[in-house]
Amino acid sequence: MIMTPLARVALPVLIALAALLPLPAAADAVPTEMDPVAAARLVKLSEKLRCLVCQNQSIAESNAELATDLRRQIREQIAAGKSDDEIVAYMVARYGDFVLYQPPVKATTLLLWAGPALLLFAGFFFLIRNLRRRTVTEPALTAEEQARAARLLAGDNGKLDQ
Amino acid sequence: MNKRLLLPLVVFLVLAGFLFAGLWRDPRQVPSPLIDKPAPQFSLARLDDPAAKLGTADMKGQVWLLNVWASWCVSCREEHPLLVELGKAKVVPIVGLNYKDEPSAGRKWLAQFGDPYTTSVIDRDGNVGIDFGVYGVPETFVIDKNGTIRYKQIGPVTAEALEKTILPLVRELQKS
Repeated sequence: MIMTPLARVALPVLIALAALLPLPAAADAVPTEMDPVAAARLVKLSEKLRCLVCQNQSIAESNAELATDLRRQIREQIAAGKSDDEIVAYMVARYGDFVLYQPPVKATTLLLWAGPALLLFAGFFFLIRNLRRRTVTEPALTAEEQARAARLLAGDNGKLDQ
Repeated sequence: MNKRLLLPLVVFLVLAGFLFAGLWRDPRQVPSPLIDKPAPQFSLARLDDPAAKLGTADMKGQVWLLNVWASWCVSCREEHPLLVELGKAKVVPIVGLNYKDEPSAGRKWLAQFGDPYTTSVIDRDGNVGIDFGVYGVPETFVIDKNGTIRYKQIGPVTAEALEKTILPLVRELQKS
């Protein structure tokens, strides 16, 4: 690393000063007073739920204010003794199935769930049909060709072709 | 011509059709499950007079709009002149939900840009917002005489949305 003379002096001083400062208390690092089981439930639940503000992030990942609020809601509801299903139902009642990364199986989502399997079966169907057709259309030898093949196998090769 | 050769073309056209339709859909417009459901009950302190309260129950018997706004919300300024105009016309009461805002900042904002609201209420921690499934301020709900949510506008109210959707719906609901 290339340092200017000033930086050479200033850097150790800054490092020493930084060590003296108390660590800034980040909002997220405040002790949540949760037992580890409840904390694990909070993480698991919030990972299953989509943040509606930044839609490609879960509530666990997102830093949007709404996600913070929803994490707080989940925490409060866990503390109130609600089950996971009840908490998920609470979210779905407000934000719809869209909050679930794993949509429920319903009439409207049937194609979504069955789609990959349907495509796989369709693929197998066409594959098998094609393979069958290929074996059937293998041309049978005519009598003349059969005789020639027999001669070839017997070792008369040279004479025939000349 | 061999019909089987047309199959990839058909598959392509179907796929292209879906993708083309997708171009005009806004992924931020998440349909609310609360449409045609009773509006969540709330009773919150009023912005103009925090000692007094206003809630869902007080609005029963009339068609009303619930507009979620905040002084920190940029798009709220966009829709605000329209709301001020609507407020002046006194067609329909508009209740403002001052969402996750500093009440003093909210009052200042109304003094600066005009106050279209019959009443604004303070939702400091955003819990009522969550009950209404709010995720992008501003949002506007049309609520009927029985307290049922009939329509939700996500994002700013536009002149088009107001004239083509919200006002006709309000008039129809007021008749019933």
